Amino acid sequence: MADIFSATVIVATLSSGIRLAVPLLLASLGEAFGQRSGVLNLGVDGIMLLGAFGGYFTTLKTQSPWLGLAVGLGVGLVLGLLSSVISVSLLAEQGISGIGVYLFGLGMSDLLFQKLVGTPLPAASFQKSPIPFLSEIPVVGDLFFNHSIPIYLAFLAIPVSTVIINRTRFGMNIRAVGENPEAADSQGISVTRVRYAAVTIGGILAGAAGAVLAIGLGIFQQNLTNAQGFIAIALVYFGAWRPLGVMAGSLVYGMVSAVVLLLKTRGIIPLGASDLAAMIPAVITVLALVVAARRFRAPTALTKPFIRGG
Amino acid sequence: MTSREPSEAAVRRSRLGSHLLSYSVPVLAVLGAFAIGAVMLAALGANPFTGFWAMAKGAFGSSGALVETALKSTPLLLVGVGITIAFRANVINIGGEGQMVSGALASTITALGMTDVPAWIALPLSLAAGVAGGALWGAIPGALKAYFGVNEILSTIMLNVVAVQAMNWLLRDPLIDPMEIERGTRIPQTARLPESTDLPLFVEGGRLHIGPLIAVGAAVLVYVLLWRTTSGYRLRAVGLSADAARYAGMSVEKNVVWALTLSGAMSGLAGAILVLGSEGHRMVTDGSTIGFTGSAGFNGIVTALFGGLHPLWTIPSSFLFGGLLVGAIALQRAAQVPTALVLALNGLVVLFVVSLDRYRRQLKEREERSVSSIAAAASESDEPDSPPSGEDDEHG
Repeated sequence: MADIFSATVIVATLSSGIRLAVPLLLASLGEAFGQRSGVLNLGVDGIMLLGAFGGYFTTLKTQSPWLGLAVGLGVGLVLGLLSSVISVSLLAEQGISGIGVYLFGLGMSDLLFQKLVGTPLPAASFQKSPIPFLSEIPVVGDLFFNHSIPIYLAFLAIPVSTVIINRTRFGMNIRAVGENPEAADSQGISVTRVRYAAVTIGGILAGAAGAVLAIGLGIFQQNLTNAQGFIAIALVYFGAWRPLGVMAGSLVYGMVSAVVLLLKTRGIIPLGASDLAAMIPAVITVLALVVAARRFRAPTALTKPFIRGG
Repeated sequence: MTSREPSEAAVRRSRLGSHLLSYSVPVLAVLGAFAIGAVMLAALGANPFTGFWAMAKGAFGSSGALVETALKSTPLLLVGVGITIAFRANVINIGGEGQMVSGALASTITALGMTDVPAWIALPLSLAAGVAGGALWGAIPGALKAYFGVNEILSTIMLNVVAVQAMNWLLRDPLIDPMEIERGTRIPQTARLPESTDLPLFVEGGRLHIGPLIAVGAAVLVYVLLWRTTSGYRLRAVGLSADAARYAGMSVEKNVVWALTLSGAMSGLAGAILVLGSEGHRMVTDGSTIGFTGSAGFNGIVTALFGGLHPLWTIPSSFLFGGLLVGAIALQRAAQVPTALVLALNGLVVLFVVSLDRYRRQLKEREERSVSSIAAAASESDEPDSPPSGEDDEHG
């Protein structure tokens, strides 16, 4: 019992919490881009699953996790574009169309896995890249500066996204078409083009999230994400549509999952009770949704397709 | 007088066109999905024609196949009808999976307590518990939406996550079969439920239980509720225009809660039937919702869309999609194509339906404009006593 409070165990647990948070962080960051532009993409989990399979399969065949990640990004790009066509150009009901993408991704990734791989073979994973000097700081070094490169990049994406959304013309356009597409349109901003870009960024990040998840585990299986893509959507609300908030939400999830995993593997709490503990972040998220609904306003045009003059 | 006759026919023709189109959208969507499915089969090295033929035979080709199809369609029908209720009230219910699980859990707990209780009490009570469990899981997002402004898409998604964790906890700990602990195998499943809670079979020793019958009965009941009662009328009125309904003195909040509660109740019943009619007569988890529901909570959305969001049309629709799931097993045997293909095709059906829907709506608008212009022309020509407005479109 005493040894779970030792510094090494705590650092190892928190560090694994950071790793577990990354797929959620990437997926919900991407979703935040789409939602800021007024498009709710419910298909994140499906994109993640196909990105995960693409990343895993490529890594398995080429032994290169980087190539795998690239394929995950590519899969996300294609599915992001497809989602844009459906939600932006075809004006589909966003509360339903994403479920179509989800079911397609769920079925297709399983189909491809069974047909092309069959038995779950382990694939290569990313090497840890400790950052020189910084990683030698006691505790902090192990916690923050002893991860693989995709994890650093994911956290780097947070400040970058904040700057893009708040400080660039592109970000201003995203916010404009998400809040008042008619006004944006009259200012000469192409609502369609901006939304395509935002939703596609979301797709790319969802594909990356899936690839990082699968390559990090070195394995693929049916329904690998286990609804993480859906949790990512809720985390966007949890984080009040801001990159920093989204990161905080993902970290809460990652940390709780890591602690539950620790308690479970060390046999400190019975298996059943660990499921009960795993329920906590979901319940917190529901409560956070209530708070968010009162305190923060969703982008005004969220889920509303834009029809010129309509 | 003479000028009215052709215009009336034109109105009728125009309306018929709209109806044909609204029915053809789902059909076109399925054909489109199948066309892509054929390409996928060919890419996987299977002959699409023999593949689809094997599917059709596997789903509908024998009495045994029809029984399996009926059993597989049951949760799809119930969830689909539930989705229909929600969509008619203009609320989106993505929580079918969680509502099925919570209904199944409530039903399982009730059934486990029914030792030495006669079947005529035990079975209805266990089913009712399933309805209540699902209703609760629908009422929560309903209340959160109506009174706290929480988006129901998000809350139903999160309640799916909560439900699956609750299931894993209950089946691994308090509800686990004592035998599993004794043997040390610890498979997360309950003991065999009391025989008094088994769904009665049509033929002794057969597979077909009364679940499909209950589902069809529920679908008819929901049709009557939605189109033949004031309560259902209010629900649809709120769905068509919340502002107009409020202006007419209806409580939008109450109807939103009511719609999601009813919707959840249907999925809860589906979960209960899945457990009480299962072969092992017990509830088992593999750790995911899909492991229990077989994605019926999501596939029910496909069924509802294909049924044109009408409870009665959802009956044949669910039979078709249930058949696809059963046929997929035959396809796997005949052509070594994994059953996951059907899930992917279902996804495509959803995408086609929602994408084509836009054109249906556009055409409908055009038709409405032409109807009103025809009617206006008719009223201008003569007959001042025949107001052209006031037509009630049941399929609105």
